[in-house]
Parts: sequence; structure tokens; C-alpha cells
Amino acid sequence: MTTSNYASEHETDEGRVFTVTGGDWDTIVAGTDPINDERIVVNMGPQHPSTHGVLRLILELEGETVREARSVIGYLHTGIEKNLEYRNWVQGSTFVTRMDYLAPIFNETAYALAVEKLLGITDDITERATTIRVLMMELNRISSHLVWLATTGMELGAISIMLYGFREREYILDIFETITGLRMNHAYVRPGGVAQDVPDDAIVKIREFLKMMPKKLKEYEDLLSGQPIWTERTKNVAVLDVTGCVALGITGPVLRSAGLAWDLRKTMPYCGYETYEFDVPTHPDGDVWGRYQVRLAEIRESLKLVEQALDRLRPGPVMVADRKIAWPAQLAIGVDGMGNSLEHVAKIMGQSMESLIHHFKLVTEGFRVPPGQVYVAIEAPRGELGVHAVSDGGTRPYRVHYREPSFVNLQALPAMAEGGLIADVIAGGASLDPVMGGCDR
Amino acid sequence: MSDKPNDGGVPLPVVPAGATSGAPAELPPASPAGRGMFGNQGTGDVSGYGGLVRQRQPIEEASRPYGGYFDEVRDALEEAYPAFGDAIEKVVVDRGELTLHVRPERIAEVCQVLRDDLALRFELCSSVSGVDYLGADERRLHVVYLLTSMTYRRRVRLEAAVSVEAPHLPSVTAIYPTADWQEREAYDMFGIVFDGHPSLTRILMPDDWEGHPQRKDYPLGGVPVEYKGAEIQPPDQRRSYQ
Repeated sequence: MTTSNYASEHETDEGRVFTVTGGDWDTIVAGTDPINDERIVVNMGPQHPSTHGVLRLILELEGETVREARSVIGYLHTGIEKNLEYRNWVQGSTFVTRMDYLAPIFNETAYALAVEKLLGITDDITERATTIRVLMMELNRISSHLVWLATTGMELGAISIMLYGFREREYILDIFETITGLRMNHAYVRPGGVAQDVPDDAIVKIREFLKMMPKKLKEYEDLLSGQPIWTERTKNVAVLDVTGCVALGITGPVLRSAGLAWDLRKTMPYCGYETYEFDVPTHPDGDVWGRYQVRLAEIRESLKLVEQALDRLRPGPVMVADRKIAWPAQLAIGVDGMGNSLEHVAKIMGQSMESLIHHFKLVTEGFRVPPGQVYVAIEAPRGELGVHAVSDGGTRPYRVHYREPSFVNLQALPAMAEGGLIADVIAGGASLDPVMGGCDR
Repeated sequence: MSDKPNDGGVPLPVVPAGATSGAPAELPPASPAGRGMFGNQGTGDVSGYGGLVRQRQPIEEASRPYGGYFDEVRDALEEAYPAFGDAIEKVVVDRGELTLHVRPERIAEVCQVLRDDLALRFELCSSVSGVDYLGADERRLHVVYLLTSMTYRRRVRLEAAVSVEAPHLPSVTAIYPTADWQEREAYDMFGIVFDGHPSLTRILMPDDWEGHPQRKDYPLGGVPVEYKGAEIQPPDQRRSYQ
């Protein structure tokens, strides 16, 4: 080490600082205990395979122990809420569906319910439309939980479950494609009803899925539940009890895994969930294992709900009768996704001037929504998904705010990670199931 | 409200501020001039529709009985919180939802009572967000809190209005830790300052961002896009119906 004007080391508020200008490393670090004294700051993400998208974690480590954890978000902020204010109410569906991209049907349904409440037409939504919404939401819940299982498995080293989870999810996306024309970002649930009736071949597909899925769930459990590595990595890891959950605003499977059976489908029902037969699974432990158990059980409950919804489907309209609100076009699925049906185009262009005017007014201008504000919350796969919608009486939303469960739940990460091992940050973070598209909006 | 300090040199409103705050019916129209249908100003609109001025019905303060559990909530809050008359500016019941307009400096106290009182028990703070009522309210930035009582399965909305010149109100993070990020988002998007927040920094926008994007006077931005030879204007500059 050269003798120079540099101080070799000095104490600061942050700890001991070494200014190194050459010399022997051993001489420099002599007198410090690297295991106990050394705190290093590790940047995990925003590009990291196990952070579920662009989540950045700043971890202060002491050896392998996490002393402090802070999450940095916003990398996927796309200004959806601001953009909504420049489109009409119906166009909003296509924006909100892109928030939480693993649960698009929930985003759409929450938005549609909020707009309908503002319009005061909640009771006019047809039986069939509501049943289709429930059917689609529960299928979506299964697909979302499957992605959770797949990615969490992969992050904890179980690669095969990743392949299986995505394989079964693809089956659900096929069903969605048959019904809505798109695998994701459907814009299918719209204010007033749904965009398109469920075709018969989709029903056949769903019935097949219902037959197949319980066997697959059994397979997942055979793969994971008795697996010593899986249990080691999940049991007593990232524990958060009910008090912690409620204080931090954590809802959904994480709260239920701590033992509180708070499920908005039961406690504040919407879309007629009070008339369905299903249970709210809970787990006493509040750890990653509990969340795994709760999510698997929820898939089973969702299968029950899908079956009941299918049995209830009766022929009928899927849009409100009010022609001032209902989309004028009968939509059809073409080769390039969903669009206006050819008959409708032929009618407005060739036969009925009034239909053309009506179509033009409703599509370009949209409908007016009486002024006021509402808050509608539904139980999304990740917890309470709330929509605070404000109307100024115009044809565009004045303000729409999404209370995103991913956003709120991510706050629990320091509480789960601090004091634990760095490997458990991955397990704990994954067990929250954050989707950054929803978190950052 | 006449005893309200004149923060930041804002002229005191003639009508009591509480009486005009919050009702979305008093929102400004979408076009800056408050008139017209097409959103474009000063162009050659010869249709005559450019002169239309939209009328809006204001949302009235609710009168007792409110119906449902709303009366119970109000009674319980009045009993548990002696400063009720001073803190609550207005009670609105609309579309089956109860909104209490709270004086901003009292918001933390009100939340504390709502959370702790045995007859109220709003344990969960579901949502905190902002709304900018530009042109409709002197105190144009409104913070909206959505509280949920898991015990009684009830919801109540609190609304506190602050002005752009003095956008301060107490943070509720000490009462509801979940409000941490949500208050940061409201600060980021609206510039509302929550006093007492542990680290009020930007959360969604980059740290060095200027301005608060969700304010109504902040432009949407965007660039014209060429598509098949035609140029498409960004959404906020397109001619469109309102």
C-alpha cells in the first residue's frame, strides 16, 4: 500500500470506508470479520429471471442474511389510467385488460361493473352475461394460478412443474381464443355485458377441460407436495400473519393462507356469487407452503364454479337491452380476431341509414355517463381488485384508479424477507404472485 | 370554514369551501373553454355546435336518514369523535356509497377513530388515490380513501380536498401501513404532500421526473404516428366528440 494523501480507512455513519490505492488485499481487510461485519448491497433486478417481470429489489446482505430489502417499481408504468381519460368509456376495456396481463378478464369485469354502477344499470345486466362473466373469471383464475405454480416452481428449481403449468394454462387460453378471438388482452367483458356470445364448441372444450384438470392437479401434487426440496423451500418461509396482512393491506390467497377467510366473492358478493356453491380455502400457517396449498385448493373451487356456471347457461341476450348503451355491432370472430360482423356492415352501409347514424354516434362519441363516483371491488386471483371511477357526465372517464392487488401486496416483501435468507426472498416474493403490468399500470 | 388560514395567497371562496368541494357534478367540462362538442378550439367549426354549453346537475348533500348502514356509521363516528362537526365538511350518499368529506388536517384523526372504534372497525384501507377537479373546486386536488370494515362488511369513502398551492395533509401511514405506497403514488401523480410519510418519493415515475402526470393540466403527450401514408395525431390532439 502506498503512503499517500488518501486515508487508508475511516469510520462514517454508514460503516467503515476503505480507500484502496493498491497493495495487498489481505492487509486491508485484516481486522474485519467478513462474515459478520460485511454488509453488501445487491441489486436484484430489474432484469432477473425470478422477479416476475421488471421488479427491482435492493437487498442489504450480511452474509446470506437479508438485513434490509426495498423494492423499486415503476419500470412497467404505461400510464393506462391517464390514457383512459382520453378515450370513451367503452374503449377503456381495451386499456384495462392490459394491466394485469395474467388476469385480463378480472380487470375488464371490474371496469365494466364500475361503469355499470355509474350508469345505474347494474340490475339490467342479463342473466346470461353475468353467468358468462363468472365462467370466464373462474377460468381466468385457474390460468392465473397455474402461471403462479409454474413460475414459482421454476424459481425454486422445479422445472418440470413450469412446463406442466404453462401447458394446462395454454388449454385455457385456447378456450379464451375460441370465445373472444384472443388468447390475452381480450376486451371481452364490456360495459353492458360481454362482447360476444359463447359458441357451442367452446362449451365442449370447457367440459373436456373440467374432466382433464382434476387429474392434472393430482399430478402437480404428486410432483411437489411430497418433494423434500419443495417442502424445505416453502414451509416456514416468508411467514406473514393475519395482523401483518391486514395492516399492509394484503388480500387474496396470501391473506387466506394466514387463516382469515376473507374472499369478496363471499363477503361482499357481486355477479351473483352468493348463489354459487363453493368454499373459501384457508391455511393456518401463513407461509409459502400455505399459499401453495390455498392456490391449489382455489383451482379446485374454481373448477366447481365453472361447472355450475356452465349448467346455468340459458339462451338469452348477452348485452343490455338499452340500445343507447349496447354496442350496435354484432361482433364476430374473423381470421384476424374479433371484429364487426359482415352482416352488420352490410346492413348499415347498404340498408339502414338510421342504423348507420346510430352506429356512428355510439362508436365515435360513446354514451354519456351521469356524474358521480363509485368504487367496485372484485376478488381477483391476487386479491381485492378495486376500481375507483369518476365521471363528470361526459363520454369519457374523468378519472379511473385501479387498486391493484399486485401493487399493494408487494409492500409486504420487506416484512417477509428481512431477517431471512436471500434464497427465501425468491420464495417469498413469488408467493405474493406480483404481476408488474398490474403493479405499475 | 371562514376560519381557514389563507394558505398560499389563494382568495377565499365566497361560498364555504366545504359546500362546493367534491361533487363530481361540478367538474369542468372536458374542453378548456367549457363549451363545444369537438374538443378543438379556434378552428373553422361552422356547425354551430361549438357554442353549446353543457349543464350539469350538482350532487346534493345527503339528508338523514341515509339508509342502510350509513346512519349507523355516522352516528358511531359522531359519538366516538367529538370534533365531528368541525372535521366533516359534508356527507354525500350516491349510488349506494357513503362519502364523508373530511377537512384535510383532520384526516389522520378521523382514520384513527374509524379504525379503532368498536362500532366502526374499518380495519382495512383498501385504496388511496387522488382526483384532480381542475376548475371545479378551489381546492382541486382530492385525496380519496376507501376504508373497508372486515368485521361489519362495510365500506366508507373519505375525501379530503387540498389546493395546489398548499397540497399538504397528514399521512395515514401510521394508522394504515398499507397507505405507504398508495400515498407515494398520489404524490407522484398529483403532487399531494402527505406530511409524516416515512419516505415520500416518486414511485411509478423516474425520480428526476418533472411535474405530476395525472393532473388535469398535464398533457397526455404522444407524437403523431404515420400509418399507411396518413398522419394520426396523438389522442389529446385529435378532433373528437366529447
